Amino acid sequence: MISIRESAFDPYAELVHYQNEMPNQAGKYGATSVFVGTMRDFNEGDSVRALWLEHYPGMTEDELSRIVDETRSRWPFLASLVIHRVGRVLPDETIVLVAVWSAHRAVALNATQEIIEALKHRAPFWKKESLAASERWVEHNTPG
Amino acid sequence: MSIRVRYFASLREKMGRVDEHLMAEAIATVGDVWKTVDEGRPLPDNLLCAVNREYADASTPVRDGDEVAFFPPVTGG
Repeated sequence: MISIRESAFDPYAELVHYQNEMPNQAGKYGATSVFVGTMRDFNEGDSVRALWLEHYPGMTEDELSRIVDETRSRWPFLASLVIHRVGRVLPDETIVLVAVWSAHRAVALNATQEIIEALKHRAPFWKKESLAASERWVEHNTPG
Repeated sequence: MSIRVRYFASLREKMGRVDEHLMAEAIATVGDVWKTVDEGRPLPDNLLCAVNREYADASTPVRDGDEVAFFPPVTGG
């Protein structure tokens, strides 16, 4: 499942909820891999007070679907959950959750990493940082 | 031919508008769309583009009714 959220969410509550709702998967998965991206209060040496996260409604969801489908063709996992925030985000709030369920760990771990890396490179989201007295667009993501 | 052009993030601020509609017959590709909105200049290397919500490049053909988007490198996650 792919979901874009305009308000804060608890990634751990989302995991429990989704896992409990997954149809016909109980007993099938032996591995769950989870990545949670959280907003820092610093970047490039500056204190960051808030983020504005812009996206391209429609294309963002489509691109995330393409990323999940392509990853699943390489790593045939059973289920996945991708949730991403948009709008105004404060330090310590979750920006992104990626979770993958599979029979064995290699598929879940590799698929999780491929999805988050592809999301960072391809999914149309843009961050604008609010600093103490100014704003700036983030021009590139950190390499890892 | 009618094309909807959309801009996002820092490019939206630089262009001073979120979108516009082009009515022109001399547009064949995404590169032509950019030249039309940027006084004949070629599409810069540091901008990304999409046609109908899928990544494209300057040589991608455009048709009547298409939505063409231009934006800076993405920074989600």
